[in-house]
Amino acid sequence: MSLRFSDEKLKEVQRIIEHYPQGKQKSAVIPVLHLAQEEFGGWLSTEAMDYVASVLSLKPIEVYEVATFYSMFNLKPVGKYMFEVCQTGPCMLNGSDDIVKYIDEKLGIKPGETTADGMFTLKTVECLGACGYAPMMQQGKYYKEQLTKEKIDAIIAECRNAVAAKN
Amino acid sequence: MSLFSIFTFEFCLIKMGRKLLLEKAHIENIRFYDVYRREGGYRSVEKALKTMTPDAVTEEVKKSGLRGRGGAGFPTGMKWSFLAKPEGVPRYLVVNADESEPGTFKDRYLMEFIPHLLIEGMITSSYALGSNRSYIYIRGEYAWIVDILEQAIAEAKNNGWLGKNILGSGFDCEIYIQRGAGAYICGEETALLESLEGKRGNPRIKPPFPAVKGLWDCPTVVNNVETIAAVVPIVNEGGEEYAKIGIGKSTGTKLISACGNIKKQGVYEIDMTISVEEFIYSDEYCGGIANGRKLKACIPGGSSVPILPANLLLTTAKGEKRIMNYESLADGGFASGSMMGSGGFIVLDDSQCVVKHTYTLARFYRHESCGQCSPCREGTGWMEKILLNIEKGKGKMSDIDLLWDIQRKIEGNTICPLGDAAAWPVAAAIRHFRDEFEWHVTNPDDAQRRNFGLAHYADPIHAPVTS
Repeated sequence: MSLRFSDEKLKEVQRIIEHYPQGKQKSAVIPVLHLAQEEFGGWLSTEAMDYVASVLSLKPIEVYEVATFYSMFNLKPVGKYMFEVCQTGPCMLNGSDDIVKYIDEKLGIKPGETTADGMFTLKTVECLGACGYAPMMQQGKYYKEQLTKEKIDAIIAECRNAVAAKN
Repeated sequence: MSLFSIFTFEFCLIKMGRKLLLEKAHIENIRFYDVYRREGGYRSVEKALKTMTPDAVTEEVKKSGLRGRGGAGFPTGMKWSFLAKPEGVPRYLVVNADESEPGTFKDRYLMEFIPHLLIEGMITSSYALGSNRSYIYIRGEYAWIVDILEQAIAEAKNNGWLGKNILGSGFDCEIYIQRGAGAYICGEETALLESLEGKRGNPRIKPPFPAVKGLWDCPTVVNNVETIAAVVPIVNEGGEEYAKIGIGKSTGTKLISACGNIKKQGVYEIDMTISVEEFIYSDEYCGGIANGRKLKACIPGGSSVPILPANLLLTTAKGEKRIMNYESLADGGFASGSMMGSGGFIVLDDSQCVVKHTYTLARFYRHESCGQCSPCREGTGWMEKILLNIEKGKGKMSDIDLLWDIQRKIEGNTICPLGDAAAWPVAAAIRHFRDEFEWHVTNPDDAQRRNFGLAHYADPIHAPVTS
């Protein structure tokens, strides 16, 4: 099955391209890669990147070289929920090591690993600009800040409940 | 105390607490247009477009003494005046919202709580620069802030502040948001432009500077979020009034994002006249060190600037009180001073390990190096490995000298300042905390169980006797 944006998403691509002057649609590659990652399962396969290239009339290499540069693009499959825990200076000062360790204890995954059921991926990341609300992590579109063990428990439960509600 | 001196004393108090950017950030629903407008929003656009020429706006910014709030502190008015204006070539204003310097979270605060201030500043600045299409390049992780800004832009447009022939002035302007995707380097202005053009964020060799050849080879000004927001009070009150706030070349107000081991972490607007000591210990700001601990060290301007031990942070090497402004924080040069940088104020208490903290920063810079220049690409990785070894009690004395040697060879030898930014924190940590590094080497087992502690880092400074 080949990947394809819905008509609605293709309209969104068109709106993004209109942000730039005529002929500068290469600028749309990062926004459209974000869109592709959201639409195609949380990561960018070669097929997804080739599709983005075709949508923007770019050579595939122009998309690969961008996708491989930016840390938010996942080039391998990830869990349904990704916990991206900041570990840089200010977060470290406020206990980010303990947060990573606790998530490992709860879910049995080390940074870079995904749970066997494909639910959770743990990733350590560098500064997310939330230093005053440390320790913190990004989960999907939002930041979860001033983390404690209790908050981690609640977040994990919330994710599991959301999936259970859908099934 | 005479009546007059009471009056001036009170006047000083009022003046000291002066806020220009965040004064109204706490008003309910200020995030939305109606409230923002009711509180006097968009006056600067009216004033500029109806009563001033573009050059007159630039002149006010020059008079204000405003310096770039992203970290480099370059005079904004001068940057604007460098913008080339060839006939028939579009010019661009690009706002740098790629805030990624560890310790810095001020632009995020401004965009989340009072987004129209940025939009207003952008319209006024775009008018001054002749940019009909202006961009906000925001770090990809701030995904929800994109929604907030999109809404503010839509509201501004619906109310006639964006689009064609704004206020009948003949000036057209649109604002677009571009999301990055995770790359500290895109905060460097030429890397940002590369990224906005849909490429890897590799910084360009300068010259040509963006003012001549920027976005899509057109003349471009790249300014930080806070810088552009400051244009609003500058145009409203006049550059000279703005310049009256602060001391010397540190004019106006500055947002400081304070974090680490303090009681009240958060974003504070200061007028650059208060002392570092007051900033840390007064209840109006950080409220002192958390958990009853003692101040050990601080990085006052974002992770790239030199770390200082408590004693050199609070007083200069000459024994003078250090003030929260560009000049005072830099007093003593790198030998005994630091920098204002981006205003990312990171405080370490006496339970923290400077070696470990420096290691996390080295890891950060290794992760964020774009890889174009060998000294940075290779050197940042070497520094990370050596620092981890020392931290884990596997270091040698010669490693400390090796670290020093590596950072010296990165500094100044790269296309962009990321190399310097990676070198300086390591250099400053060794310069001021060498005995903590040595202790890790000579007490490897102890170093795994406990930290070096406060040691002599808060001892009073004795001004050196000069002969």
